[in-house]
Amino acid sequence: MSALYLVAIGKVPEKAWEWIESAAAEWFPLPIRRLPPLSVPGDAYDPKRGQYQSVEMMKMLAQRAPGDATRVLGVTDVDLAIPMLSFLFGQAQLDGPIAVVSLFRLHQEFYGLPPDEGLLRERTVKEILHELGHTFGLTHCSESKCAMSLATHIELVDAKAEQYCSRCGHQLVQRFAALNGGV
Amino acid sequence: MKKNWPILVVDDEDVMCESMAAWLREDGYRVDTAPNGQRAVELARATDYAICFVDLKMPGGMDGIETMMEIRRIRTEASVIIITAYATVDTAIQAMKEGAQEYIVKPCNPQEISMLVARILKLKKLQSENAILRKKLTRQYKHHDIITKNPRMEEILALTQEIASLRSTVLICGESGTGKELVARAVHFSGNRADKPFIVVSCAALTETLLESELFGYEKGAFTGANGQAKGKFELANCGTIFLDEIGDISPKLQADLLRVLQERRFYRVGGSQEVEVDVRVIAATNKNLLEEVQQGRFREDLYYRLNVIEIRLPALRERREDIPLLAEHFVQRISSELGKEIGGISAAALKLLIAYDWPGNVRELENVIERAIVTCRNGTLDEPEFSWLQRSAAPQNWEVPDVPLDELERRAIITALERKHGNVKEASVALGIDRSTLYDKLKRYEISH
Repeated sequence: MSALYLVAIGKVPEKAWEWIESAAAEWFPLPIRRLPPLSVPGDAYDPKRGQYQSVEMMKMLAQRAPGDATRVLGVTDVDLAIPMLSFLFGQAQLDGPIAVVSLFRLHQEFYGLPPDEGLLRERTVKEILHELGHTFGLTHCSESKCAMSLATHIELVDAKAEQYCSRCGHQLVQRFAALNGGV
Repeated sequence: MKKNWPILVVDDEDVMCESMAAWLREDGYRVDTAPNGQRAVELARATDYAICFVDLKMPGGMDGIETMMEIRRIRTEASVIIITAYATVDTAIQAMKEGAQEYIVKPCNPQEISMLVARILKLKKLQSENAILRKKLTRQYKHHDIITKNPRMEEILALTQEIASLRSTVLICGESGTGKELVARAVHFSGNRADKPFIVVSCAALTETLLESELFGYEKGAFTGANGQAKGKFELANCGTIFLDEIGDISPKLQADLLRVLQERRFYRVGGSQEVEVDVRVIAATNKNLLEEVQQGRFREDLYYRLNVIEIRLPALRERREDIPLLAEHFVQRISSELGKEIGGISAAALKLLIAYDWPGNVRELENVIERAIVTCRNGTLDEPEFSWLQRSAAPQNWEVPDVPLDELERRAIITALERKHGNVKEASVALGIDRSTLYDKLKRYEISH
C-alpha cells in the first residue's frame, strides 16, 4: 500500500515529529513513514531576502520521493517565500503529491514573545493538516475555524481549530474512498 | 464559484509564474501562466480572464504595459495588475494611466494579495449580477449571449449578424426550447432597429378572434367590451420587429390577413375602415415542419414563401452535445447568483449524465433541470444524485403502452401532467418537455380544460 512520507529539511526537533505523526495518523488512513533528513538545498536560498524559495524545496522533495509514496510532506525550520509573496507558512501542490511546511513563523519567538510549546504544537498541527489537505484536493475553506481556511498571518492560524470542518472532512473521506488506499 | 473567475499570471521567470499559480490554485482559482506577452495575448483570446497579473519587465518582445494594453483591447473587462520588483512613481503612473487596476511591488504580504483578489472579484461579481439583471429587464440579447461552440450554431450566429439590418422576413424553425426567440432577439438587437420595439406574439396561446385583435388592434365598438380604440402588436412594433412565435398554428383566415400585411405593409384594425400603414420587420418561428403543413393543405403556400425569405434551422440540443457543459456551467453561474446560493460547479460524473441525456425539451429543459438541481443541492457542487432522475426518465422500465391512437396517448399524457402539477400549465409544460405555448395549443386541440 502506498504511504505518506514525512521528511525533515534541515533541523526539526524530535518533539515536533511526535505532533506531526500523531496528527497525520488521526486524519489520514495511510501508512506513515519517515525518510532520513535532507539538507536545505543551497539553490533555494535567496541572499537578498534571507529566505528560502519553497519551489526549490518542493522540487527536491519530488526528486527524492520513494516509489511507493502517495504524498511527501517536507518540514523545515527555515523561513519560506515565493518571489511574489513576502513569506509562506507552507505550500502544496493542489491535488498533487508534494507539500512543505515551515515552522519558522510558528514560533512565538519570531514575534518577539517568550516561547510557548503548547501554541507551537497547535500551530504545527494546523499547518500540517492544511498543506496535506491541499495535496488531497481541498481548496481554502470559508469556515474560519476549519484547518483549510486561508491564514495570511499568525492570528488567523491561531483562530483555526486543529481539525477540518464537516464539509472538508467529508470531502477527504470521499477522496480516500476514491483513491482506495493508493495513487 | 471561484473556478468561474480564471486568473492569468504573466512573467518571464518560470519560478514566479509557477509559485504564484500554485498559491492561487490553493484558493480554488483556475490559473494559467504565460512566459511572455505574446503567449499571454494568445491565452487571453481564448479565455476571458477575470484578473491578469503581469510583470512589468519582460526581456525581449512585449513589456508589461504593452501586454496589458493588448489584453485590455481583447478583453475590455479584464482587470490587469502590474507587478514590479522596483517601484518608481513614473512607471506606476504610466501603468494606471494605461488602464492597470493595481500596481504592486513584489514581494508583498500574502494578505495584501488575498484582499486585492477578493476585492476585484467582488466587484466583478456585482458587475456580472448587474449585467444579468439589466438583461433580464430589457431582454436585449445579442448574438454573443448565445453560448455555443457548435459549428452549425456558429454559422447561424454569423448569419444573424449578416441579416440583422435587412428588412427581409426570417423564418426560424426548431424544436421547442431550442432558443428560437433568443435568435430572433439576436437578429433584432444586432441590427439598425435595435433601439426600436421588439414585440413578441405567441400565436398558439390565443383563439382566432383574440389573436386577430391582438395583432391588428380594434376600433371602439368592434365587439362587446371594445370600449375604446386599441393598437395591435403590428402598430406597437412600428419601425421595429414583430416576432410571431408558433406561426404554424394560426387559422386560415389569419394566414390570409398576415399575407396581406407582409405584401402591403398595411392592415385594418378589427372593426375599422381606415388602413394603418406600418414599417415592421417580421420574424416568425415554428416547431412544425411548415413545408409538410403546406403539402397537407393546412398552411398557405404563398404565406410560407413570404415568410421563408431567410430560413434559420436551429439544431436540437442532442445534435450539439458539445454545448451541454458550456450551457450547464452558464446556467449554474446565472441561476445560483439569482437564487443567492453558492454553487462551486458541476462534477464530472454529473456532466457525463447531462451529456448522455437526450433533452426532448432542449435548452429550456436543461435550464429547468439545473435550477431544480441547484434548489435541491446541499454540498455546494452539483453531483450525480441531483440528476439521477434524468436516467430514470430517459429509460422508463416496464412502461406499458396502451393500444390507442397516438393522439389519444398524447392527450392522456397532457392530462396526467396537468393533474400531477395541480393544473399549473407552466410546470406541466416543463414536465412534458414542450413549450408553454405548444401546450396551450394542444389543450385547445384536445379540448382539455385546466
